[in-house]
Amino acid sequence: MIRTILIVFLFVAVAGTGYWGYTEHQEKNAVLLQAENNYQRAFHDLNFHVDALHDKIGETLAMNSRNQLSPALAQVWRLTSEAHNDVGQLPLALLPFNKTEEFLAKMGEFSYRTAVRDLEKKPLSDKEYNTLKELYANATEVQNELRKTESLAQKNNLRWMDVEMALATNKQPDDNTIIDGFKTVDKTVEGYSEVDFGPEVSNMMKMKDRNLSQLKGKEITKEEAKKIAIEFFELKKNVKITVEKSGKDAKYDAYSLTLYNPETKGTTYMDLTKKGGYPLWVLYDRNVGKTKISLNEAMLQAEDFLKKHMDSKMEMVSSDQYENIGVFTYARLQDDVRIYPEVVTVKVALDNGDIMGYEGTDFLLAHQDRNLPAFEISEKEARTNLNPKFQVKEVSKALILNDINEEVLCYEFLGILGNETYQVFINAENGNEEEVKKLKEAEPSYNEI
Amino acid sequence: MKRNSAYIKGIFFAIALCFGLLAGFGQNGVHAFSNQVIQKGASGDDVVELQSRLQYLGFYTGDIDGVFGWRTYWALRNFQYEFGLEIDGLAGGTTKEKLAKASKFDKAWVKKQIRSGNKFSYYGGVEKSKQTKSGTAKGGTPKGGAGGGGQAKAKPAQVKPAKNIPDGYSQNDLNLMSNAVYGEARGEPYIGQVAVAAVIINRVQSSSFPNTVSGVIFEPGAFTAVADGQIYLTPNDQAKKAVMDALNGWDPTGEAIYYFNPDTATSGWIWGRPQIKKIGKHIFCN
Repeated sequence: MIRTILIVFLFVAVAGTGYWGYTEHQEKNAVLLQAENNYQRAFHDLNFHVDALHDKIGETLAMNSRNQLSPALAQVWRLTSEAHNDVGQLPLALLPFNKTEEFLAKMGEFSYRTAVRDLEKKPLSDKEYNTLKELYANATEVQNELRKTESLAQKNNLRWMDVEMALATNKQPDDNTIIDGFKTVDKTVEGYSEVDFGPEVSNMMKMKDRNLSQLKGKEITKEEAKKIAIEFFELKKNVKITVEKSGKDAKYDAYSLTLYNPETKGTTYMDLTKKGGYPLWVLYDRNVGKTKISLNEAMLQAEDFLKKHMDSKMEMVSSDQYENIGVFTYARLQDDVRIYPEVVTVKVALDNGDIMGYEGTDFLLAHQDRNLPAFEISEKEARTNLNPKFQVKEVSKALILNDINEEVLCYEFLGILGNETYQVFINAENGNEEEVKKLKEAEPSYNEI
Repeated sequence: MKRNSAYIKGIFFAIALCFGLLAGFGQNGVHAFSNQVIQKGASGDDVVELQSRLQYLGFYTGDIDGVFGWRTYWALRNFQYEFGLEIDGLAGGTTKEKLAKASKFDKAWVKKQIRSGNKFSYYGGVEKSKQTKSGTAKGGTPKGGAGGGGQAKAKPAQVKPAKNIPDGYSQNDLNLMSNAVYGEARGEPYIGQVAVAAVIINRVQSSSFPNTVSGVIFEPGAFTAVADGQIYLTPNDQAKKAVMDALNGWDPTGEAIYYFNPDTATSGWIWGRPQIKKIGKHIFCN
């Protein structure tokens, strides 16, 4: 009797486990398939978009009429962005594929700039035509390579999940067709990295090449860096300081200092440039208590700090309170012109007014003795180029980087349209509207209720 | 049309002024504001009072949310202009005094509205009960009370204590990044967390990565915390602070766009990247 019950019971248990295992297995497969499908979709989309991109660039080459060319270039721009988006959805993060992505971005920038330009007034130059030709040749190769990969993947039923596995576990993925294909594409693109996209696009990339070689002063040693830090923070001796040199490939040669103060139990981090020993940034890590001082008092602290550590005249351009922290941004002021590329940010604790941080990398990179040209047009003339519905409240002068990263002298108008506040920059030379920025209001807090 | 609206404004201010004076006489010993000078960007109780008082006089038509934003700024400047004060957009001694004399402020009532998440407004001359609706209800338009024509446009505004968020990002970006930073680097020193957040921002700005915070974070294989689900842990305040610093421009990495943990890195390729520096356990590279 007991034996029968036991047998029945065991049978049920085994059958139950089996069924459970089977459903688990089914579910796991379904989830894997779902992920695989997403990858497949992105992959085939990418192929489709590169195909279309190739065709579109080809068409622009054959076009003559300008009213055809602009829309076609706009299409190229859209397709590059689609392709870029597809790449972002594929598990290629561990694969060197960034040359291709960068190339897509540059191609997009180039076609956008040309598409929005008035081609009647400023037609495509021979140089630009050649650029397009080179882009076409490159797109041909990329398309061929991707098509080959796609067809092999389809023929052999290759799965992206395997690619992901291979990349994640770093098995030497020798025979993975997909990985090889993408590697080849990136190599192909590399061969075209010398394509001249014209000044507008290369200006975009110039930001990346900024360095600190223009700084005055001699190279400092580790010991000197320590000394500078001690002076900077007016430290007493018991603070523990460690200094480390940045790696050989760092864009900015710097010393990274860590200062631990056993009294306040706070740690301060700081980077000093090797040349001249200027502070790139400072961050002080400690617990900040309840807000006791106002944002206004904190601003005075920040201004004191800047006076002590900077020679340039700075003007506040924004102040914000983040709970118990005040953050202030200052731009350099020269001849009443705000030099917006030269900004520093200062962070102040609102419990006792301690300086919690300083960020001056942008300032050091952009700072130079400038000869500001005279303002060609008057404020009144500049105003005529504003939207008539825009109600001006404040006017100042500014030097900004425009959308192709050129420095332009502008009138800065602050005003309102409806309930929103806008900042509008009008070029002081030709009256062009260089930039319009909607200034953000605080967001309602969704968490707290 | 222009003249007309100026005329209406004039009447409106006259009414507001009368009310203000009445209110001033009605209250003995005004206990308004703390001693601080309130400036743009500030948040907290004083700002709630500032906004309420400006709204009472009809200068401020936005939500009373406790953050000194642009609308409050322009309202304050209008007030300073109308009352012949120095127009600096700062609520200092004289401005606060004038404001306190000219308006009423029912602190308890306003606080209660904010706490319970009601939509409410605080226009002078309109019965308070008509200016509040509980949080979920769509705001109707109560008719102006005995106060006269000027206040008729009083409309309950939606209110929640607001938050400043660095330019170009939303609160949800901040939360998503905090999740990523906490999942990736919760064992790291503070500076290491700022560094990870800075890498995310550098990637958003780089042309070889997706152009959005979510695109960068969820790029397949980009972050281990995303792959193994640690990104869904609840981040602590330190992670949020670190993200805030990175959003405000601090970049301890020297513009790095990759980082890896040398003890666990499986990809040989990542070792070949040009290295910038080591922060905590992570090596940051270009």
